[in-house]
Amino acid sequence: MQISREKKLVMLRSLLLSRRFEEALTELCKIEGKVPGMMILCTGQEAVGAGVCAALQPEDVIITNHRSHSHLLSKGADPKAIMAEIFGKRTGCNKGKAGTLHLAVPEVNAPCTTTVVGASAPIAVGRAFAQQYRQEKCVTVCFIGDGATDEGSFHEAVNLASLWSLPVIFVCENNLYAGAQRYEEHTKVRNIADRAAAYAIPGVVADGNDALAVYTSALEARERAIAGAGPTLIEYKTYRWRGHGERDHQVYQPKEEIKAWQAKCPVARLRSEMLADGLISADELEAMERSVDAIVHDAIRFAEESPYPEPSDALEDVFAYPAMKGATPCSN
Amino acid sequence: MQQLGMGQAVNQALREEMTLDSTIFLAGEGIGVGIHDSPMLPTHGLLKEFGARRVKDTPVSEAAIAGLAVGAAEAGLKPVIEIMFNTFFTIASDMIVNHAAKLRYLSGGKSSFPLVVRMKTGAGFSAGCQHSHNLEAWVAHCPGLKVVMPATPADAKGLLKSAIRDPNPVIFIEDMALYFVPAPVPEEDHLIPIGHADIKRPGKDITVVTWSKMLGVAMKAAGQLAREGIDVEVVDLRTLSPLDKETILSSVRKTGKLVVLHEATRTGGFAGEVAAVVMEEAFSSLKAPLRRVTGPDIPVPFSPPLERFYIPNEEQLIRAIKEIL
Repeated sequence: MQISREKKLVMLRSLLLSRRFEEALTELCKIEGKVPGMMILCTGQEAVGAGVCAALQPEDVIITNHRSHSHLLSKGADPKAIMAEIFGKRTGCNKGKAGTLHLAVPEVNAPCTTTVVGASAPIAVGRAFAQQYRQEKCVTVCFIGDGATDEGSFHEAVNLASLWSLPVIFVCENNLYAGAQRYEEHTKVRNIADRAAAYAIPGVVADGNDALAVYTSALEARERAIAGAGPTLIEYKTYRWRGHGERDHQVYQPKEEIKAWQAKCPVARLRSEMLADGLISADELEAMERSVDAIVHDAIRFAEESPYPEPSDALEDVFAYPAMKGATPCSN
Repeated sequence: MQQLGMGQAVNQALREEMTLDSTIFLAGEGIGVGIHDSPMLPTHGLLKEFGARRVKDTPVSEAAIAGLAVGAAEAGLKPVIEIMFNTFFTIASDMIVNHAAKLRYLSGGKSSFPLVVRMKTGAGFSAGCQHSHNLEAWVAHCPGLKVVMPATPADAKGLLKSAIRDPNPVIFIEDMALYFVPAPVPEEDHLIPIGHADIKRPGKDITVVTWSKMLGVAMKAAGQLAREGIDVEVVDLRTLSPLDKETILSSVRKTGKLVVLHEATRTGGFAGEVAAVVMEEAFSSLKAPLRRVTGPDIPVPFSPPLERFYIPNEEQLIRAIKEIL
């Protein structure tokens, strides 16, 4: 498949932005009290978010999981609003209610980040059902990790999606670890994609560190879904450079293994390919990197300068108002 | 006025709302073609009337059914799903407790989840404890959910229509014994707001707060006590969350005495919440210690005499009332 220069530039920019954004978070996490709570990063896996989202249209939906930064940024989420949310500030995309683990950005059709492993699958099925119900020509992508495919909710969701030929793409980032358990310690299945056979849908394995391979496979799954042929399970083989979270001691990840995967860096790969193919000049690349640096810098400054929510703001946003016709006046 | 069982009243509410609003769809196990085919059942005839696009029989997959509702509701559809029995809520509960109830909050108010989860419940069928277990206190404990538990067919119709029109997740629990007790139901577009209790029998001597099937027990006991000159006020909560504290409190301020009656087990049951509200806000009106009449802290037993022992009855309620009169 021929991929246009413009599309490759979109992916390169997404890769650079996600990487820079998370490098900044890695540093911020070292400052005591700067970023509240847990920090879960996708560093090393950015080609999946960049490639999949490049294959999507704005009206397509993503339902994502705890390792969501590259998915959301590649889908077009505002880095300032995301960073402010990560800081717990009022100007965050969810007013400080969500934090990094539950970022919800419905304005770019990324309405749910769920940290309950496997839970993105049934919700994505529901979102795809709505698309089918309204005969919309768009799809829903469900991002899951390899560990999620051991959850019952995943299997229920894939079965239902297959049964009803729903326009959903199950994107599994197999980063080799579910928590501290290495892949072969949590499943006997050779490839996650092999599980697709149980539900009579295509199972595809692709290189998750190659943004172009990710893009191509996601585009094919999207076309299949749009055509009414139902879901696809795509397994992207990749690796997380960081631990499960930033406080992870990573005792279970061999240093040589991390180094070997760092040599397969998805950002460096597309960057050098595009330079070698003459699709971007060194000057253009430098300008893109500078622009991404500035975006991340501005996002951090925005987050730092933003106020925290008022404590009483905690009481808002539990229920929707105003109630529809005939419905409840409610005391909460 | 038409006489309907609660299943028929639910059916009528679903039919009326689905006719008005094409974004409403139903999903659940055997709701289109079920193993029982009776006009007394809530989804009877709806597949034929509205077609398989809007009445979705599903695999036996409670998590997927509930997730279907969460995702579709976020997209602006109005799912009304059925979890066959209250007990099976346990396998749908992640989608309902961690997602339906919380995703609006997590979005900072950007998204809403207008969905209804219908669940059947109630002991009395020798179905055993994995089919019979009233878990309304579990769901009432979750912020972000509204919990409705009607006691009459008319209330079921009016409350379900409000639940469907509500922009929030509503848990709607139906006691199956009530499916087979016909009562008058308004034929028009009958709406009852969520969050309002109903005084089913005014009285001046003592307040009995109850809901769902136990309303029948309370009304029978009140009738018997009336012959002894004891005037019982029966408050039917109808909605557990949001709780209509005002109706409870003004009744207790009037009578000075309270018994809370529910079928669910005692420890951690919703009677504890009602009692706490009264103790906090109407303590000085109480002329006697309040009482709870509930199922004992055991799984619902199978054998008919054991199951009858489990379900609270008029005699237990009358005894509790007389203890504090």
